Amino acid sequence: MWEGHYALLQDHDVQSNVREHKSEQTALADPALKIGQMAYAGSSRRAQVLRAFKLRDHIFHGVTFTAAVGVLIILGGVIVSLVQGSMPAIRTFGFGFLAAKTWNPVTGHFGALPAIYGTLVTSIVAIIIAVPIGLGIAVFLTELCPQALKRPVGIAVELLAGIPSIIYGIWGLFVFAPFLQQYVQPYLISLFGPVPGLSALFAGPPYGIGFLTSGFILAIMVLPYIASISRDVFETVPPVLKEAAYGVGCTTSEVVGKVVLPYARVGVIGGIMLALGRALGETMAVTFVIGNSHNISASLFAPGTTISASIANEFTEATSSLYTASLIELGLILFVITFIVLAAARLMLMRIERKAQV
Amino acid sequence: MRGMKIYEARRARDKFAMVLYCGAAVLGIVWLLFILFALVRSGVGGLSLTVFTQNTPPPGSAGGLLNAIVGSLIMTAVGVAIGAPIGLLAGTYLAEYGRGSVLASTVRFINDILLSAPSIVIGLFVYEIMVAPMGHFSGISGAIALAIIVIPVVLRTTEDMLLLVPGALREAGTALGMTRALVINKVAYRAAKAGLVTGMLLAVARVSGETAPLLFTALNNQFFDANLNEPMPSLPVVIYQFALSPYKDWQKLAWAGALLITFAVLALSIFARVLGSRKAAQ
Repeated sequence: MWEGHYALLQDHDVQSNVREHKSEQTALADPALKIGQMAYAGSSRRAQVLRAFKLRDHIFHGVTFTAAVGVLIILGGVIVSLVQGSMPAIRTFGFGFLAAKTWNPVTGHFGALPAIYGTLVTSIVAIIIAVPIGLGIAVFLTELCPQALKRPVGIAVELLAGIPSIIYGIWGLFVFAPFLQQYVQPYLISLFGPVPGLSALFAGPPYGIGFLTSGFILAIMVLPYIASISRDVFETVPPVLKEAAYGVGCTTSEVVGKVVLPYARVGVIGGIMLALGRALGETMAVTFVIGNSHNISASLFAPGTTISASIANEFTEATSSLYTASLIELGLILFVITFIVLAAARLMLMRIERKAQV
Repeated sequence: MRGMKIYEARRARDKFAMVLYCGAAVLGIVWLLFILFALVRSGVGGLSLTVFTQNTPPPGSAGGLLNAIVGSLIMTAVGVAIGAPIGLLAGTYLAEYGRGSVLASTVRFINDILLSAPSIVIGLFVYEIMVAPMGHFSGISGAIALAIIVIPVVLRTTEDMLLLVPGALREAGTALGMTRALVINKVAYRAAKAGLVTGMLLAVARVSGETAPLLFTALNNQFFDANLNEPMPSLPVVIYQFALSPYKDWQKLAWAGALLITFAVLALSIFARVLGSRKAAQ
């Protein structure tokens, strides 16, 4: 203990301290004696050292606190700067911006409706496709998968999430869109063409690019989120519940449908909302295959646009300040929509976490 | 008799469901392979030594991706150098100082949202606060945009990893008379080192493929230029521009770039996962 105090007196830095202390251990035959010699001069230095430690402790606390608050400042900064940047458009168009259909840079008339429509339609298509597949993968991983396959399949699905979105874009444009155009879309037309109601959804010539293709690509991109969150949520289901169901003679699919899914419902919905948030804001993959035309069409085969694709495509080409401001306002709308969706998702996931802890 | 029928129907339904579940898993893997296969098939043809030794060409002439690769490396490095410490410190606050406090749970909530927020909005934000006031596009604003994306990733993993460090280790440090800051720096960080590194690697993997936030911050540049005050090319933006161009040799380069970036990102994230899981297994 005295050795420790002696070392403390020697140096302000604990790390070099410890090293020094080790090397001097052999040299100091009687540390207590030395301490005695140092005691008079040491007491004030000791206080100094302790003050320095205390000061550094305060500084470190302050720095981490500032960094944490910085996250809030970033959020505030994003909202303030977007509102500020879109002020010219807000002043010119008011709330009419949300409902106007025209997007004409030449005459300076801008409306957000086609972009909002495209964003919602592509995301909904993506969720409709991705949810059954994602849940299927999650069930496979938690209930059916042999232990040896669990990690490889899990990793493969998570790698899908790691692929940059630009890659999905280039793949979608050159590989997937032609494939859809040639094989899938004609089939869908012949399948749903005669069905009243649905025929409008699948009308028109198969371009290959458009809402449906974007929805498909988004589905592949959000699939890993749904799968991995659902898997995590399924694992919170108490085994005793499943065992009880098996015990009364349920089949695996009945256990999944009547025990696991109801128990994990909130978490699964949270995961789906999270995926929806991702799909709404996804930019590059969609920009490649959406077609970039500001129109609203009932047909899923028609080219359209989304908020993020409009911004990515037109921002550097925007010539007037009103044009730029309109694009920034689109960004603001997107941010608000995704914020609400993601916040709801988090609240739901927090609920299931609390349930799992109890 | 009737009981048997119901039983058989249930069995059949179960079999059918099993097939669907397995089918979903197969579909997921097939999609991944489908994409990787297309990348390799179209990308390998464009790969050659000149990709790494020459700058991006004007349409119709030969060239490589050197300036784009270097630009990506510079901006990723600067972005992570700025964003990672902030994320690390903020994550430290949440895990060490702010447990249970209202501020910490608010920050955690907001951070989780920023983690999934559309990256193009981050690009708009940085355009508003940096590009517009400066009057020109620049590599540094691209790096700042990437840094803002890095922060939530690092914050999240830092907090998770520090929470895994047993409290007894901290108490032992405190009992020796160490201050809180010392306990964190000398005990908690060291115990969580592998996890923290994993978080940084995942952040690097995440931002090195980001395109949207760079489109109107760093823009692009035809030439080799390490000046952060000038527009700076990056691999994703070059891929975007070249892939959508009508020129065949540009498209070929775009595929080569796509192949490079995908394998770099996947290798990084696999490496990070292996590192992370080895630590978790201990």
